Amino acid sequence: MNTSYAIQTNNLGRIYKLRGPRHKNDPREIVALEGVYLEIERGELFGLLGPNGAGKTTLIKILCTLLLPTSGSALVDGLDIVKEAREIRQSISMVSGGETSGYGLLTVEENLWMFARFYGLDNQTARQRIGEMLEVVGLTDRMRTKISDLSTGLRQKMNFVRGFVSDPNVVFLDEPTLGLDVGAAREVRGFIRQWMAEHPDRTILLTTHYMAEADELCDRLAIIDRGRLLALDTPARLKRRLQREAIFHLKVGPLGPRPSKEAMIENVPGVRQVTIGEQNGHTELSLILEGEDALPGVLAHLTGRGSHLIALEKREPTLEDVFVDLVGRRLDVDTSQRSGEDEI
Amino acid sequence: MVAGIHSAERVKRLVGFRLFWATMWARAYPRIVGAMRERSWMFFETLLPLLGVTSYVFVYRAIGAPEEYIGFVVVGGAMTAFWLNVLWSMGSQFYWDKDMGNLELYVLCPGPMMAILLGMAVGGLVFAGVRAATILLVTTLLFRVNYQVANLPLLGGVFFATMAALYGMGMLFASVFLASGREAWHISNLLQEPIYLASGFYFPVKALGFWIATFASIIPLTLGLDAMRQLLFTADPTLGFLSVPLETAILIGLSALFIPLAYVALSKLEEIGRREGRLIERRR
Repeated sequence: MNTSYAIQTNNLGRIYKLRGPRHKNDPREIVALEGVYLEIERGELFGLLGPNGAGKTTLIKILCTLLLPTSGSALVDGLDIVKEAREIRQSISMVSGGETSGYGLLTVEENLWMFARFYGLDNQTARQRIGEMLEVVGLTDRMRTKISDLSTGLRQKMNFVRGFVSDPNVVFLDEPTLGLDVGAAREVRGFIRQWMAEHPDRTILLTTHYMAEADELCDRLAIIDRGRLLALDTPARLKRRLQREAIFHLKVGPLGPRPSKEAMIENVPGVRQVTIGEQNGHTELSLILEGEDALPGVLAHLTGRGSHLIALEKREPTLEDVFVDLVGRRLDVDTSQRSGEDEI
Repeated sequence: MVAGIHSAERVKRLVGFRLFWATMWARAYPRIVGAMRERSWMFFETLLPLLGVTSYVFVYRAIGAPEEYIGFVVVGGAMTAFWLNVLWSMGSQFYWDKDMGNLELYVLCPGPMMAILLGMAVGGLVFAGVRAATILLVTTLLFRVNYQVANLPLLGGVFFATMAALYGMGMLFASVFLASGREAWHISNLLQEPIYLASGFYFPVKALGFWIATFASIIPLTLGLDAMRQLLFTADPTLGFLSVPLETAILIGLSALFIPLAYVALSKLEEIGRREGRLIERRR
């Protein structure tokens, strides 16, 4: 293992033993993370993109020293997550989306002061940095508001200040914009970018299931699903993987009855991946085709099933397409559910 | 000069005892400020316990018990505040903190967990102190309790030894919450009333017999309460369980046992919590 990386993992894995009542055939354990190898440079804003239940939070909690791995090893800031947890805690912080930490009776400033003191900031430093950071996130006027009176968005901004006020080397952001409205999410992303620009030696590991967020913020990102890393590269290079394919978005009339397995759309020649969703009485299809010449076959297939074309759009590849290409379903599908989408 | 947030300069951090001290007061702060901001607790923390103590006084008066027993009830009633503080504001607080997501952040921060627990205790003393003082003052005046303090410095010493041992035990108890959930909450419930009985909150513990009183002495309030009663009501020293010097020595011994044990237990149970994923779970 190389201590010069901000984060390095080696075959990292985590299995949860299931507790509580269960039926005879229920599984006794869940593999949340399996064989994860990561090397994140200092100064990098690294993203983990995956659906709910993919193992992103498990990975973050392990790296934050809140959870032990069941296999493999990892270094954070050059320190071993198992043996040097206390030392690691000096140099990291974590902010989670939808976090409800703090005490409702305290004001924004008081809550932040409390956590700053837990990190060993002296009184003057804590107050000055809190003041400055609240200004950056536009919360100065709410400094003396009790946190029980804050909206979700404002509370998340406060959580952000808590995560950065201690001047950490490595920040873990777990779904940081979860539940925020568009404006608040944009401000939070702006803050992350600004902080990285002003502190080029620090590192952020961000998990998200919002593609645009990952695309906009991350220097590199890994796509994770069912506990495994499926791809790791810059957003641009990941999208370039699909440049030879043709990506279409189709809006069609309702599809007829489900055909036999052999007659499904996946079996039309040239179709690599397809996802389907119902919306307002019509069906929306996202198709990754080996080439544009596969399109007539698809349209013929749809007509054969009693449907008709309403709209057709050819798109540039997005991270969503990369995800679909890798795992065969859309990013917004919970991994814990078996989707019927991949059988149409 | 403080390193601003836009500066690449690193922030200087407190370490060692200064970090411990800062952490302790930072955690005490929400309790202290909370007590000032929402004062409804004063009604529940003072008037309701007064009713309980008063009922015992009437029972003793009705059966013609020795007058010292009234004082015993008053002192015992006052000391319940500290037991409740340990049970609900210290041990079980981790249960709520886990649910709110604070526990994760406590574990993550460099401030020692012992300091956070001590901060909870110090902050909780606002509630416990007001409750104890109110019970003591009001019932003393109401029932004309006559104290005969034999040795004031020793009385103070016994009180502090009792508190040290009691809060050491509270930290030990809190460690259980790092690796468990609702079941630890039930333990708190289970411990509340039985300890009133076993520790002799409303009667001299000697009445339970030697072995039960000895067994109950693992709870520092048992011996602390007994010693304080002997020092406050000298009229009938035969009501005491053990001699005051022996009880004081045992209390000091319990402090010396519980505090290091709590430190070890916090480390050990944090490790178990990390292994089993208990630190990151919400209420189950």
